[in-house]
Amino acid sequence: MPASVKTGAFYLFIAAIVTFAVFPFYYAIITSFKTGTAIFDISYLPTSFGLENYLSVLKSGGKALTWDDVFHFNISGFPLNFVNSVIISTLVVCLALLIAVTASFALSRVRFRGRGLLMMTILSVSMFPQVAVLPGLFEIIRALGLFNKMPALIFSYTIFTLPFTVWVLTTFMRDLPVEIEEAAIVDGASPWTIITRIFLPLLWPALVTTGLLAFIAAWNEFLYALTFTLDNAHRTVPVAISQLTGASDHEIPWGPIMAASVIVTLPLIVLVLIFQRKIIAGLTAGGVKG
Amino acid sequence: MPQAAAPRNQGLSDLSRERLRSAWIFLFPMCLALLIVAGWPLMRSIWFGFTDTVTDHIGEGDFIGFGNYLSSKTLPSGRTIYFGVLVDSEWWNAVWNTVRFAVLSVVCETALGMCVALALNASFPGRGIVRAAILVPWAIPTIVSAKMWAWMLNDQFGIINDFFLRIGLISHKIAFTATDATSMGAVLAVDIWKTTPFMALLILAGLQQIPNDIYEAAAIDGVHPLKVFWRLTLPLVRPAVMVAVIFRFMDAMRIFDLVYVLTPNSSATKTMSVIARENMFDFDKLGYGSAMSTLLFLILLISIILYLRIGRVDLTNDGGR
Amino acid sequence: MSEIELRNLRKSFGSVDVIKGVDMTIHHGEFMVFVGPSGCGKSTLLRLIAGLEDITSGDMLFDGKVVNKVTPKDRGIAMVFQSYALYPHMTVYENMAFGMQLSGNGKDAIDKRIHEASDMLQITPYLKRLPKQLSGGQRQRVAIGRAIVRDPKVFLFDEPLSNLDAALRVATRLEIARLHERMHETTMIYVTHDQVEAMTLADRICVLRDGLVEQIGTPLELYERPQSLFVAGFIGSPKMNFLDGKYAADYRATTIGVRAEHLEIGAPDKGWPGKVVHTENLGADSYVYADLGTAEPVIVRQNGTTRFDNGKAVGIIPTAALVHRFGPDGRPAAA
Repeated sequence: MPASVKTGAFYLFIAAIVTFAVFPFYYAIITSFKTGTAIFDISYLPTSFGLENYLSVLKSGGKALTWDDVFHFNISGFPLNFVNSVIISTLVVCLALLIAVTASFALSRVRFRGRGLLMMTILSVSMFPQVAVLPGLFEIIRALGLFNKMPALIFSYTIFTLPFTVWVLTTFMRDLPVEIEEAAIVDGASPWTIITRIFLPLLWPALVTTGLLAFIAAWNEFLYALTFTLDNAHRTVPVAISQLTGASDHEIPWGPIMAASVIVTLPLIVLVLIFQRKIIAGLTAGGVKG
Repeated sequence: MPQAAAPRNQGLSDLSRERLRSAWIFLFPMCLALLIVAGWPLMRSIWFGFTDTVTDHIGEGDFIGFGNYLSSKTLPSGRTIYFGVLVDSEWWNAVWNTVRFAVLSVVCETALGMCVALALNASFPGRGIVRAAILVPWAIPTIVSAKMWAWMLNDQFGIINDFFLRIGLISHKIAFTATDATSMGAVLAVDIWKTTPFMALLILAGLQQIPNDIYEAAAIDGVHPLKVFWRLTLPLVRPAVMVAVIFRFMDAMRIFDLVYVLTPNSSATKTMSVIARENMFDFDKLGYGSAMSTLLFLILLISIILYLRIGRVDLTNDGGR
Repeated sequence: MSEIELRNLRKSFGSVDVIKGVDMTIHHGEFMVFVGPSGCGKSTLLRLIAGLEDITSGDMLFDGKVVNKVTPKDRGIAMVFQSYALYPHMTVYENMAFGMQLSGNGKDAIDKRIHEASDMLQITPYLKRLPKQLSGGQRQRVAIGRAIVRDPKVFLFDEPLSNLDAALRVATRLEIARLHERMHETTMIYVTHDQVEAMTLADRICVLRDGLVEQIGTPLELYERPQSLFVAGFIGSPKMNFLDGKYAADYRATTIGVRAEHLEIGAPDKGWPGKVVHTENLGADSYVYADLGTAEPVIVRQNGTTRFDNGKAVGIIPTAALVHRFGPDGRPAAA
């Protein structure tokens, strides 16, 4: 087969991959700009640029959201869902990182009996089917009076953010040179000093990456958010989007749904693209090198 | 001059002792958190499976042993009827759906991921853009993906129906997400779209660890590219692929979000997670649903043990210090 | 006083015995070099002295006090690592200040000590730089400076020159020698696999093999009176020539050893007959390889440049007084 045909086929394959990957999002964007009945005209290229769908999604308390509302925390509707997601994901990630940093030090730098077993246990926790702990979690949340409150989700999300952050941080910490730690030991540093003054400054890119990946996972979560929240004031973004309803029971508001999707996805995509390399390193550290 | 007597082991120095002590203190918060958030709820959920708990009255269930799993009642006519998850046809339908989905998605995603990874492993202008492009599906939240694809697959206004009609693949519009014959295909399409990038990246990382000299030596020896792939690349990338496959398989077996949002109430796609939750919160049968989720847990546990044993996969790479 | 005594020291990693019973005394202010082939345990021994590894059995005493379980920072030691081990995110100044800060010293005291050390090593211009902005040689001096600031009683060097190129190695070697002269109250223990470093820097050398001490002595003692075939072959470059069979029998020994610099080339009828097979001209010296019909050719050192055609018949003449005689056990033969 002549080289030019091979190269041509290769680039065709690449083009197909890129199109397949990006088209749905592109299509959601052009749909979100269409209003009224224009939505029901199928087109492959953008035809209009109306912002009505976005405005309808960004309504708070029945009217458009203003900065005044934001500063007075007078938010409801979809913007509130957005805020809920941000707060919950951030808090969960901070909590997980706090606990995980010291735990990863122990798992990666100190030899002790049962270490391998502990690692396997942590890994297996992240493999629990979420539905298998749902009854137990439901009971605890009910008992603590946290039902339909934010702490309920912060509590439940720990089940997957903590093992993940421990796993990835352990891999990163293992890669730090032994001799630097030994020099610190000779200098008289305690394990806590080693973590805070030597390792953390060297690890902060890894912390950012791990935090970002955990944030995305928490942001994405659906099952617990669906089960543990009742009213819109406490819903997170995924649940809100799945339940966007139109004027009547049979009318699905595709326009606003697409607009909401774009609002929610754009920041994530920007973050992911900026931190691409680090994210790929973090994912593969967790998945490949183990 | 080596001594004849066995040397007595002195035990740990102050340094080792201090480090060990710190290690246990450092691990304590994590272990406590995991116990509270994962260990205890799992135990309770398994326990609920042995009771007849009703979701609204959660503290008042009675112990019924394996009743949820399998119980029998003999009618006055002498016929015995069986109840329980293990004879529930809806359950086995869900199991079949889940396994079908998991196997198909993992096979497709691995094969496709391998192709994409191989393509990305080559250096060509615009490689960075392609890599960024394939991260887009991965970055989009599952629910959003479901909605985006639901819109594309819409039977009346969906662009996919339009496209297939135009190129003559179908003769009339199909409600992909609502028809039993096609709904699993729809779910698979979205999952493959969303997850292949992840598989591709994991495999790519494995590919990049293969040293270049091997390929150069093969080129000098004039080995056919297909043979290079089969005898050199594949065996060397096998560890990475094996790890990626097991992670993906476990995720696929647990799937909930996509099925729930894209094809709600479809018996052709209802997975184990979906039906378990349905029993717990829609039908109020917490005990019965817990039995289902416990079975799911067991199936996953056995799968991973078998996989690790048979595939001889080392997940922790704990050879370090 | 910083005298170190090791008594029947053993170290095992699991079931592998790395140090198998070492006895030695390192004197106050002495520059002791541990040398040996890879795997002999010299680094492990150094790390045991540092306290970075636990002792399996035996005793270690600093100034007469048992220190087996004492943490490194309480042993009064400082260590220079092979890869320098500088904290990458701290400046040179902060690297050197770290240890003193941890033990609660005041800013002025720290500053004074850092400047004393940096002046001694001529690294004062770099105090505000990060390690990655320094060359290999500069980093090594900073590593030494960090160790000096600790004001240790014992200085430990773990193959510090291995990562430097040849020219830098010689220059840094000189600096370490000067350091020893200035800090003559401090005991220094130095690990290397390079016997040239050992010979040039050491007050005494300890040759280790397979977890045990082969011989301890001054460089000259090891050179002139090796107590085993192994030490004889290890010390001195090029390696000592060994001959057995009838050559050794003439000297009433099982094996004889004679250094390249103690052999001369004469007419084929004088000394041991052989044929030239190879010549190496290094400018100042040259080395002639002669095949005597034994397993390996014999190496002879000559001053200046030499020209011998390959195949030329020659006679190899040893200086009788400088022939080392070894018995069947590999030890020096009885007189």
